[in-house]
Amino acid sequence: MENITCACGHSNPYGTKLCEKCGRPLTEEEKQNKVVDMRYDGTAIRSKTYNKSIVDKIWNFFSSVKVGISLIIITLVAASIGTILPQELYVNAPDVSKPAYYEKVYGWFGKVYNQLGLSDLYSTWWFQILVGMLAISIIVASLDRGIPLYKSLKNQRVKRHESFMKRQRIVAEGHVTASPEETLDKVEKKMTEMKYNVRRDGSALLAEKGRFSRYGPYINHVGLIVFLGGVMLRLVPGFYVDESIWVREGEMRAVSGMDGYFIENRKFILETHDNKPQGEQVRQGVNVVAKNFQSDITLYKQPKDAIPGDIDNLEKVRDYSIRVNHPLKEAGFALYQMNYRLNELKQMNFNLVNKATEESLGTIEIDLTNPKKAYNLGNGASVQLLVYTPDFNGFENGAPQTKSSLPVNPAFIFKMTTPETPDGETSFVAIKQTMEPFGETKYKMKFAGSETLNVSNFTIRKDRTIPILFVGGVIFMIGVAIGSYWNHRRLWLQVEPDGGVVMAAHVNKNMFSMKKDLDAVTAFAGLPHYIDQLEKLEEGEESTDGGIKEKEGDNTL
Amino acid sequence: MSLIDLSGNLLFVAFIAYLVATLLFGGAIKQSNATGNNTHIWGKLAIVVTIIGFLSQLSYFITRWIHTGHAPVSNMFEFTTAFGMFIVAAFILIYFIYRMTALGLVALPVALLIIAYAAMFPNEVSPLVPSLQSHWLTIHVITAALGQSILAISAVAGLIYLLKVVDVKKASKQRFWLEAVMYCIIIVVGFVLVTSTFSAMDYESTYTYVDKEGKDRQIIYNMPPIFGMNDYKAVEEHGMSPLVEMPGIINAKKLTTVVWSLLVGSILYLLIRLIARRRISAIFQPLVKRVNLQLLDEIGYRSVLIGFPVFTLGALIFAMIWAQIAWSRFWGWDPKEVWALITWLFYAAFLHLRLSKGWEGERSAWLALIGFGIILFNLIAVNLILAGLHSYA
Repeated sequence: MENITCACGHSNPYGTKLCEKCGRPLTEEEKQNKVVDMRYDGTAIRSKTYNKSIVDKIWNFFSSVKVGISLIIITLVAASIGTILPQELYVNAPDVSKPAYYEKVYGWFGKVYNQLGLSDLYSTWWFQILVGMLAISIIVASLDRGIPLYKSLKNQRVKRHESFMKRQRIVAEGHVTASPEETLDKVEKKMTEMKYNVRRDGSALLAEKGRFSRYGPYINHVGLIVFLGGVMLRLVPGFYVDESIWVREGEMRAVSGMDGYFIENRKFILETHDNKPQGEQVRQGVNVVAKNFQSDITLYKQPKDAIPGDIDNLEKVRDYSIRVNHPLKEAGFALYQMNYRLNELKQMNFNLVNKATEESLGTIEIDLTNPKKAYNLGNGASVQLLVYTPDFNGFENGAPQTKSSLPVNPAFIFKMTTPETPDGETSFVAIKQTMEPFGETKYKMKFAGSETLNVSNFTIRKDRTIPILFVGGVIFMIGVAIGSYWNHRRLWLQVEPDGGVVMAAHVNKNMFSMKKDLDAVTAFAGLPHYIDQLEKLEEGEESTDGGIKEKEGDNTL
Repeated sequence: MSLIDLSGNLLFVAFIAYLVATLLFGGAIKQSNATGNNTHIWGKLAIVVTIIGFLSQLSYFITRWIHTGHAPVSNMFEFTTAFGMFIVAAFILIYFIYRMTALGLVALPVALLIIAYAAMFPNEVSPLVPSLQSHWLTIHVITAALGQSILAISAVAGLIYLLKVVDVKKASKQRFWLEAVMYCIIIVVGFVLVTSTFSAMDYESTYTYVDKEGKDRQIIYNMPPIFGMNDYKAVEEHGMSPLVEMPGIINAKKLTTVVWSLLVGSILYLLIRLIARRRISAIFQPLVKRVNLQLLDEIGYRSVLIGFPVFTLGALIFAMIWAQIAWSRFWGWDPKEVWALITWLFYAAFLHLRLSKGWEGERSAWLALIGFGIILFNLIAVNLILAGLHSYA
């Protein structure tokens, strides 16, 4: 593709709309326009120039603002669909029974919702592809427009051709009474006063302010890409750890995902507000409001070169109280207290009792997480624990079964040996239930109390992407603030030796403030009145209320 | 008078002040339409009363903060009231940039309605649950609300824009939807009326029911039940029995409230139409006939530009930081989070659409209204209908 040579002699790259040097419109379209399109300062935008090869087509697709907006809207609608029913993550049912849950609770709609994968929408391949396409669109569009815009703004000439200036939204034409030099001096003084950067070239003047704000959108796009890149890094092993453990009070456990670390749960505390329930609280039937969930823990660490699992020479790292909003942070990991169980059975006590005489031969204490096989009561009496099921839920083939490993509904088969019954008697004992499978016994195990404890659930999380996400967020905020709170204002002025004046102004947003600046400089330097070509156009089209003003507008209303 | 009573009174004073200021703004516009004289006096008076109201509400906010020991943004009443206050603050800010009187005529009634809506929720001081006990409650919620309020001003500008440009004499889609917006506003008035009436009557009916997971529960209605909960049985009933029983996934109590509000709102709407013999948009149209459209469009765009970064910071970035601290993950696709993202995406689309020609002026005004609709959806529907981690109220 050949370059376009402008009437001023400057050679512009193919696709340029407004000459880089003097600003003359180069395309037929721009020549027709009354007000030129200043979005990218008329530079050659790749996507608007080439459309031949496959690469061009893909590039053009992703660089299109329309495609970008469509992707935003599609993502938005898709995301909203995921909120119609709760996502699987928040459904209170075991993983396998979740499909059944949706059908049971939400009927046919829930079933379809679940089958379409909408109940886990945000991790579906298509949603992720959507976000990926959005990311590509952000990158391509930014490169496509950002680089030419940067070049063009960097190489701005002071002197622009009349045809460029007259096609700006704000234009003023006329004569000044003062000498050209004096006028230019005055304008320079006033514009400098208003913090504009003023350059002069003979009879021409360019005053510019806030150019950096044009880069705001590109900066925030960089931030978004850094953020999304950080999110993707999670998939790299080692960047992200998410484990969960339950630790009983008094128990010490290895911290999953955190090699060499052990945690001891010393105490779980639940405090409630002691306020008198009132109003909404009563209406919802809530009697107490939780005030504090806290696990007092001690973190230990294996010494260097210890064998994995060796817990003999642990070094204490520190004591800490993990509360909501106050996770324990150690070595890049954070330990959160996510859940708890109160009053879990810890120990059950039984007396070995003679049924006839009610005489007790002694008490055994069974630690339900770590029961002993046999208990010697002395004087020839002993109890053997043949079978222990922590969460008994019936017999299968004559053997008691357990639902889980949690001591929710403990059941035992004891073998009781006493001097009176040296061969031993067998008895099955569960809560509120006794059975003697091999005939009636002389002795029985009589329940003699239990002890409970609380259990804390900790989530162990390491996320090395957080700093990257944070940097992305900060870059985004800087970019979006620059782009939103500042604007790029330019004023071109040309004063001929005979006193003929052409002035033009451009601002990328916030014309209201620009006009204030223009009013100030016009009054100060005695420049001709400017007109807003867009406002004139609109009024020409509408011409509704006759009372509408030429340029200021009825701002008080 | 205890501090909390004082706080309540200050809020009441603010409410009255906003009401008076609305009338004064209306007066200012009437004056300028008629003669053009005295506009400045009316307008000045209006903004002074607005500021007095705002300071009074700010004092409510501070005294309640002192009394409860935490920023008063922790439940539906507190948050929504604060949202109303921030809308007034955003209006004052934009007013002093652009000095447009007509904005007040819409912004203040919107704030009034939001505060009235808030007052329908229990305003007792309730202690904080552990997850809310954090400085991030103050930082995240206040910034997010502030961002939403500034964005709301673009809807205010958009509504005025549409009231001026939409031809209410000719049937059109635009006329229909503009009137629909007006109707929605009247429905909110209906909600406030019906709720406060039954609450003044101390209405209460108690039922037991079976919830969607099959558990037995109890519920108290504060309005005569139109719909009954799943498998309901009356414990103590007044006035009427439910007309229709609902399945377990529908909260019949909330549905009853919605239907009552629709009923009363619709009657109110019909009455207005009968008395004025005009559409509501036609009633307001003369008031805005002299506003400068270019300037309104600019205000709409500018308030999105000012509000968008604040919203991003408060509703996404601060939210993520707090979520990482409290819930161990910065993002969990909780409905409130998703709807904050949707709001953000929507306004991002709004800003990009302005790059394409044609999406200025009227189209932009419609978008601003939709945006505010999404914000309100996130405030009302997500909290009350879609259960999630944010259901504190």
